[in-house]
Amino acid sequence: MNAKLHKLKLYLQDFWRYRYLIYHLISRDFKLKYRRSVLGVVWSVLNPLLMSLVMYLVFSSVFAGMRGTGIENFAVFLLIGQLLFTLFREATTNAMASVLQSAPLLRKVYIPKYIFPLEKVCFSLVNCVFSLAALVILMIFTGTPFYWTALLAFYPLLTLFVFSLGAGLFLAMATVFFRDVMHMWEVFCTALMYFSAIFYDPDQMSGFVQKLIRFNPLYWYITAFRRTVLDGEVLTWSMVWVCGGCALVSLFVGLWAFRRHQDKFVLHL
Amino acid sequence: MSTAIEVKNVSMRFNLAKEKQESLKEYFMALIKGRLQFDEFYALKDVDLTVEKGDFYGLVGLNGSGKSTLLKVIAGVYKPTTGSCTVTGTIAPLIELGAGFDMDLTARENIYLNGTVLGFTPKYLDEKFDEIVDFSELREFLDVPLKNYSSGMVARIAFAIATCTKPDILIADEILSVGDFLFQQKCEERMRKLLEGGTTVILVSHSIEQVERMCNKVAWINKGEKIMDGPAAEVCAAYRKAQKE
Ligand SMILES: Nc1ncnc2c1ncn2[C@@H]1O[C@H](COP(=O)(O)OP(=O)(O)OP(=O)(O)O)[C@@H](O)[C@H]1O
Ligand SMILES: [Mg+2]
Repeated sequence: MNAKLHKLKLYLQDFWRYRYLIYHLISRDFKLKYRRSVLGVVWSVLNPLLMSLVMYLVFSSVFAGMRGTGIENFAVFLLIGQLLFTLFREATTNAMASVLQSAPLLRKVYIPKYIFPLEKVCFSLVNCVFSLAALVILMIFTGTPFYWTALLAFYPLLTLFVFSLGAGLFLAMATVFFRDVMHMWEVFCTALMYFSAIFYDPDQMSGFVQKLIRFNPLYWYITAFRRTVLDGEVLTWSMVWVCGGCALVSLFVGLWAFRRHQDKFVLHL
Repeated sequence: MSTAIEVKNVSMRFNLAKEKQESLKEYFMALIKGRLQFDEFYALKDVDLTVEKGDFYGLVGLNGSGKSTLLKVIAGVYKPTTGSCTVTGTIAPLIELGAGFDMDLTARENIYLNGTVLGFTPKYLDEKFDEIVDFSELREFLDVPLKNYSSGMVARIAFAIATCTKPDILIADEILSVGDFLFQQKCEERMRKLLEGGTTVILVSHSIEQVERMCNKVAWINKGEKIMDGPAAEVCAAYRKAQKE
């Protein structure tokens, strides 16, 4: 028991030692992302706004039937779904490729390998937080009231971060051994998008869809976020449990799988 | 004296690149055809090595004999296929030229990047910045991207960063051989100084004179196997003799 605690302590110390590296990598990613773009960081805000404008137009004209009725504030409803889904998709997709991308570094110096997926997921979170400005702008623009419960939205956001980290670690591990995982994940994410209640309200769907969608953790994160921001209500207990539980299970599985195979990574890069 | 590095029965196996299964389809095709055995290659075979604290340890051997691989096992980049490697203390690794650098960034940015890769804090690097720049004698080139540096210049920066602190163990692979004669002298001087301060140094060099001059102990590796180790003079003499034959 004591030995295990000691090991954990060493692990955390190691982690602490490399915090500046993570910070450094994030700022490098930021620079790279906005290199030679005139508007720079403004894109973090503009991009989700424009994207949801496109979707808003599509779903209120061409596919008006699909969006479901009775969603009062569709624009904000849509943007929340999009922001969180983008966080998940970006975080997992980037984390997945991160270990491969840093092959030159990993083959030459010792760095704890989990740093790279972790950095990518952090980077996506930072991006997402910037994009929250878009949400605020849209809420002001549409005259949506601000509730104090919106502060509780940090819970679904942070648990989604942990959930994505677990998934990202697992995917990064799998990708080192089979490059196909990258392509499969892309397709899977597109399919998942339609089952995450981004542009419809599952409560108004048939009973079957409503039941099925409850197995999708993303549905819970998105719905919990909407509840605090849009409805002005506190989280239900089931939301607290599902969001937290999925995050922990994902992190546990991801870490376990990653650690189990990380020593073999270098040989497959 | 206590042990700094203990390498016990270490073997390192690589699967040769042409047999690497990188996509599921290839994997299953190979599986179906029953050809899932890899072409194996042992870069290290059952190597034993003990480095005492305060040793100046030399590694000699021909190209491809496994010296860099052994150093990477010690630095923790590779996990040995069998056997174990125990290291006591912090390591400053200088194994491959340009490791931990981003060639698109300037030297100034790279000092911070490489420093954080080695686990230094930015504050510590701020303090040591001038010392690093002075040692590498590259002040005019600080804001030039590293890709426009010559290999000797990269080696200077790398050496200066790795030795700006007092590591417990310094690993220097051929990195020094790209430096000019003046810089090599400077490096030797600094390594000696570190040694006096209690650092253990491992040096790989193809210049047997340099090894003989600097090291107190030497190991000779050939084709992944340790041929002999012991006091520098003895091993170097045997190595020279073998070369002549
Ligand atoms: N990642 C790898 N995958 C497959 N084979 C490798 C890998 N790394 C090294 N090898 C092989 O291991 C052997 C030893 O290489 P190593 O770099 O350790 O030699 P070395 O003693 O440092 O040689 P040199 O004096 O040229 O630096 C070589 O035959 C090389 O091809
Ligand atoms: Mg070498």
